[in-house]
Amino acid sequence: MIALTLNVTLRQDAFVLDVRESASVEVLGLFGPSGSGKTSLLEAIAGLRRPEAGEIRIDDRILFSSASGINLRPQERRIGYVPQDALLFPHLNVSGNVLYGAPSTALRAGPSTALRAGREDFDALVAILDLGDLLDRRVRRLSGGEKQRVAIARALMTRPAVLLLDEPLAGVDRARREQILPYVLRIRRELHVPLIYVTHDAAELTAIADRVLRLEGGRVVSSGLASEASWAAGS
Amino acid sequence: MTLDTWAIARFTVLMALTATALVLPPAIAAGWLLARRTFPGKTLFETLVSLPLVLPPVATGLVLLWILGRRSPVGRALDAAGVDVIFTWKAVVMAMMVISFPLVARSVRAGIEQVDRRYEDIAGTLGAGAFRIFRTVTLPLAARGIISGAILGFSRALGEFGATIMVAGAIPGRTQTLAVGIYTFVETGREDAAWGLLAVSALLAFGAIYLSNRIVDPVGRA
Repeated sequence: MIALTLNVTLRQDAFVLDVRESASVEVLGLFGPSGSGKTSLLEAIAGLRRPEAGEIRIDDRILFSSASGINLRPQERRIGYVPQDALLFPHLNVSGNVLYGAPSTALRAGPSTALRAGREDFDALVAILDLGDLLDRRVRRLSGGEKQRVAIARALMTRPAVLLLDEPLAGVDRARREQILPYVLRIRRELHVPLIYVTHDAAELTAIADRVLRLEGGRVVSSGLASEASWAAGS
Repeated sequence: MTLDTWAIARFTVLMALTATALVLPPAIAAGWLLARRTFPGKTLFETLVSLPLVLPPVATGLVLLWILGRRSPVGRALDAAGVDVIFTWKAVVMAMMVISFPLVARSVRAGIEQVDRRYEDIAGTLGAGAFRIFRTVTLPLAARGIISGAILGFSRALGEFGATIMVAGAIPGRTQTLAVGIYTFVETGREDAAWGLLAVSALLAFGAIYLSNRIVDPVGRA
């Protein structure tokens, strides 16, 4: 469970993203049509876009505050980010991609504690996300769902405070969606990593989120518990 | 083909390889700056980088001759350190470096511009600092542009004449390259030897450009 403070004003081409929310959640769902500002909000949290004003805080850690002039670099934020197209490094194979997320101390040679910890994380993630048979595979030979699982493992190797998932099922055909959702549920259940999960499919959120924000045109038009139907109706 | 021809060809290839290896780090740095950074005076910097491409090589050679000569601080420093550059193989390498630098830097820049910045962003969220991102993401993804730039620079260095003759002269067995050799053989009436050097030059240039085209367009018509 984390306490999230998201006060973000971010100018877009078509609208101004304006979100003011505080919530204590395990899985926060961001719901809304394409172009409603969901991805921009994730990028602001990850530190890839700088809001014009506001504050982004996770528990008592301030990631961004225009008032105090704080803007942590992405490297310092401890935010795992899995974009919609996974963005696996095309020049590395699957295990190279997953290991990229290991803390640099874990990559140094020698039997250090960090190295062992990195190795243990790697083995655990490979098991949880079922990547054992894919480790030597080139990225371009993976299916959409496999790419998402590798990108999730890579992001989790950094031991993030929060994992941001941007429409992980968007690039996967409907028949294979159940090959991803159970993995996301396992991450929640076994690793207890808080998630922010973006989608425009209400059914996914009912299965996975505990609280949902519905965005339209850059604004939160409704919010509520995932189990309630009110947010889906856009009240 | 005489022994001379092969000795000159071997010397030229060795000098061009050395020049290419030495020019790569600054050309990669310049290409990265131009592709990824905005800074005051960027247009001026860009123009300076490209200048040796359009300036007559003899003029570039004259500038180089002045810089390395005793009238400039650089030349005086080299002199004080007891390092001879002018009319030695080092001058050949320098002339080749200066002339091929713009070609390599421009090709590196194009290669880096083609790398989707979002890969670099993602590497940042995975904890990588600027140098690790450059080394492990930008460089490998821009490899094609960098390799083809290196081959172009090498080919240009092979044929270098104007700047070389200004700073290194045409000393047989010491600074004589393929292009300089062709000129001096024709001047001294040894046309047969000149034709031999021409054949070797054409073969090397053809091979390098063919390789470069294959790298840029590996599934193309080649």
